[in-house]
Amino acid sequence: MSLTAELRADRGAFSLDLAFAVEPGGTLALVGPNGAGKSTTLGAIAGLVPNRGTVRVGDRVLDELPVEQRRVGYVFQDYLLFPHLTVLENVAFGPRATGMPRAEARQAASDWLARLDLAALAQRRPAQLSGGQAQRVALARALATDPEVLLLDEPLAALDVEIRADVRAELASHLADYAGLTIVVTHSLADVAALAHGVIVLERGRATQRGSLAELTAAPATAYVERLTRPVE
Amino acid sequence: MRRSFLTPALWIPAGLAIALLGLPLVALIVRAPWAQLPELLSRTEVLQALGLSLATASIATLVSLVLGIPLALVLARSADWPAVPRRLLRALVTVPLVLPPVVGGVALLLLLGRRGLIGQFLPFQIPFSTTAVVIAQVFVAMPFLVLAVEGAVRASDRRFETAAATLGATRWTILRRVTLPLVAPGVSAGALLCFTRALGEFGATITFAGSFPGVTQTLPIATYLELQRDPDAAIALSLTLMVVSVAVLVTLRDRWVPGLTS
Repeated sequence: MSLTAELRADRGAFSLDLAFAVEPGGTLALVGPNGAGKSTTLGAIAGLVPNRGTVRVGDRVLDELPVEQRRVGYVFQDYLLFPHLTVLENVAFGPRATGMPRAEARQAASDWLARLDLAALAQRRPAQLSGGQAQRVALARALATDPEVLLLDEPLAALDVEIRADVRAELASHLADYAGLTIVVTHSLADVAALAHGVIVLERGRATQRGSLAELTAAPATAYVERLTRPVE
Repeated sequence: MRRSFLTPALWIPAGLAIALLGLPLVALIVRAPWAQLPELLSRTEVLQALGLSLATASIATLVSLVLGIPLALVLARSADWPAVPRRLLRALVTVPLVLPPVVGGVALLLLLGRRGLIGQFLPFQIPFSTTAVVIAQVFVAMPFLVLAVEGAVRASDRRFETAAATLGATRWTILRRVTLPLVAPGVSAGALLCFTRALGEFGATITFAGSFPGVTQTLPIATYLELQRDPDAAIALSLTLMVVSVAVLVTLRDRWVPGLTS
């Protein structure tokens, strides 16, 4: 199943005009400066932002569907784990909400926690988790709904620098296991290198460069890409 | 170090204010007929009034929860309405807080009384019944609940609802499993305030429901009437009401929610 997206959204003076496709099982990275429209892009796909274009996943047109029927998993930058539910209940929330009986949903959630090495934390509350743990719970919660598209909004930005490399490597291995397609928003080329197959540079609501990380590094199309890919001295 | 503005000129009126608030309660405790208390409180008419008060205030709180939570949600999400209906609705919710309760009682009579706006069409009579007690209590107490819950809903992060939607939850599921649990402290604080206000209701009740022992004579009304006949009994009843109120205050301690105070 592949995704084709034509996104046209307006937010005041800002406008987004972007088209792209992601192949089945592929991971696309969106990079760009703050305010370039990266979160708007994810929001338009998830149905949180009105889109005047068309988003298709396989033969489904997402724009015709309300948020809850799109089968688009969204891992928010600050995770938004429900503070009043345990880790297990957070992960069971999606299956429960889509009609799975309680016991089955809890079993499914337990399985996901085990897969993401979170079984020991099942009864904790989100407030009792470290940043890296919360990130994995958020991933488990999104994956437990069996989404066709997974959106990750700066998945590592809320983490301490020291643990980012480890969490990034874990995330990469989980994404490799995930059958659907993924769009990840990031500021970091290390994320692009570890997680994504292709990358789109978004600036002021338009794509300014597309390609692989190597292509971006070899021939930066804009000053922003130039700064981004310049080796750290 | 900054000089404190707490001069004697401030302390004197502040002290008077403290005395005015505290001394009446002290008097009530000091003058209470402690020795006769068990006997006074076990009298049939006292137990009857206490039972009626607890029952009606509980039902009024339940009714307020069932009707008031939806109203609070509507109110909290009315930000993008046009100004006129939005302000009208808010004023309507706030009016019972500032309206003298006796006026509320008169208004309820004019609506539900035998020749009232609606009452004239009813096959049964509402005024001077236990139902009337509950209606009067809901009228004066529900706004406390509505404003507490509304404040909590406004203060809660709506993005949790967005996250729930991306997980496949319908609006009803989101309300039931995310929005309401997140505002539960506001709901319980509001329910407690609503209950104490209903328990203490006097003016609207006596106007709309009268004072029939066992039917509409609640604890505050019984207290007022006893004061003419048997002051000691009145003091004992007052003490009971005070204990309940203080217990609620202690329960509320840290759950005081924004929106009530503003």
